[in-house]
Amino acid sequence: MDEINLMEISNLDKSFGGLSAVQDFNFQIAENELVGLIGPNGAGKTTVFNLITGVYKPDKGSIMFKGENLVGLLPYTICARGVARTFQNIRLFNDLTVLDNVKIATHKDVPYGLMGAILRSPGFFRGEEEIEKEALKYLEIFNLKDKKDELAKNLPYGEQRRIEIVRALATKPLLLILDEPAAGMNPQETQDLMELIRYIRHEFNLTILLIEHDMSLVMGVCERLYVLDYGQVIAEGPPAEIRSNKRVIEAYLGEDVG
Amino acid sequence: MQKVKNKWRKFASEILILAAIFTLVQYLVTAGLLNQYFQINLASMCINVILAVSLSLINGFTGQLSLGHAGFMAVGAYVAAIMTNMLDLPFIIGILAACLAAGLAGFIIGVPTLRLKGDYLAIATLALGEIIRVTLQNIDYVNGPAGIMGISKLSTWPWLFGGVVLTVVVIVNLVNSSYGRAIISVREDEVAAELMGINTTKYKVLAFAIGAMFAGLAGALYAHYFYIIKPETFNFLKSFDILVMVVLGGLGSTTGAIIAAVSITALTAALQPFPAIRMILYALILIIVMIYRPQGLMGNKELSMKTFGRIWGGRN
Repeated sequence: MDEINLMEISNLDKSFGGLSAVQDFNFQIAENELVGLIGPNGAGKTTVFNLITGVYKPDKGSIMFKGENLVGLLPYTICARGVARTFQNIRLFNDLTVLDNVKIATHKDVPYGLMGAILRSPGFFRGEEEIEKEALKYLEIFNLKDKKDELAKNLPYGEQRRIEIVRALATKPLLLILDEPAAGMNPQETQDLMELIRYIRHEFNLTILLIEHDMSLVMGVCERLYVLDYGQVIAEGPPAEIRSNKRVIEAYLGEDVG
Repeated sequence: MQKVKNKWRKFASEILILAAIFTLVQYLVTAGLLNQYFQINLASMCINVILAVSLSLINGFTGQLSLGHAGFMAVGAYVAAIMTNMLDLPFIIGILAACLAAGLAGFIIGVPTLRLKGDYLAIATLALGEIIRVTLQNIDYVNGPAGIMGISKLSTWPWLFGGVVLTVVVIVNLVNSSYGRAIISVREDEVAAELMGINTTKYKVLAFAIGAMFAGLAGALYAHYFYIIKPETFNFLKSFDILVMVVLGGLGSTTGAIIAAVSITALTAALQPFPAIRMILYALILIIVMIYRPQGLMGNKELSMKTFGRIWGGRN
């Protein structure tokens, strides 16, 4: 079992001041799996994402990714190892074009050196062409190619969300982490997003972890769910099981388990 | 194929325009058609353009508010003057040493301070700029507050022009590359940039050091044009002057910085005969621009041949 787990988190703890945000969090995700992380507001879902991607440092525990502990690594090196994410509150590079937003995500593999850029070596022009082709390829998949020269901030909300996914994909991740990708979308848009998530998963051979509030999306695409409440995992299993789990219903609806 | 041809055509036309400007001024200078007053202002313009463009890399593109640019200029000016005046080395060695020393100073100052953000960074760089100045004031080797006098006037038009072209080409090429996009992403959203695989600390320090390096170049050219340098010249007001050019031109626009540097230098020169109203008028212009065009003259746009082409009649 161990070898096929892409990521394995054990005993992760994080508290802010006296407030415990995540407590004894254990989690596994196998290669090519699509797992959802759900839970009421303030349950600590985004904190888990921030711990995985290095934005926060855990107080305790380990995050093994392909056999290497990610704890203590800086966010950009974690990205280089193949973990990419989107943000709950869209964080695009607003004053830049859509194309540049995507190009920035390819920078970690920049094919030419700093001197090459300053001296405009032939390698620079070849490299830039490569980068452009690559970025356009991703935009094409998401039907955003004709928006490439628009400033990110000028696009409608749903498209900005999609660009966030494109940008994360352009870092060529093994594990893609989506933080509420359907937030603020209407049912039709959510439906399209589900299709898209399924598609990119197969196309790029991705492992996906997503946080979502929209139950139809979670139940529709995820193979396995983790339910978080007050920083602790209260349930884990396939969607059908989770749906009827009493503790989950209690956490969401605040009912007594009778 | 068409793309390659356009690239070369653009390159050739740029070279041609630069050569034309250079030859024209060179002719005017050698033929004695440009009097001393114009020559001094021309030199100031060149030096200010170098300063503004280099600071715009730090403030405009990287988004790091630095108020210590005059400090790096001072490092360059002193190192170059020591090289040529005291050690009798050729000017080019002085310039290279100035760039190197200022770049190094930028690196050393950048590593600890660039962890700070916004106002805190501004205060830290302001303080460090002042530390450089006060340090110079207390070094007897460079005559303390009196400064170095009698520096040979080596900054001729070719050096000044070369300095401007080098600064602009290096910074424009840097900004318009993957490295430049990484630098700009730091300004746009540091957290997102870091999570997209950008080593934000590295690029902040890189931009800071390169900006400081060119401030050093400006300092070297300054010292060898105006004969005399003293620590007082490089106080924080000088840093503010440069900052004003960058903000007025538009944060994130190299052409904006150039236009602002040239016009502010010209304005200062034109107002020289009216010292009383000079500062008032200067301040007024700034206030008016900031009210009606808070993003600066150019915003974050660039003026290019294409822009002229469009204005000319929709071609290109």
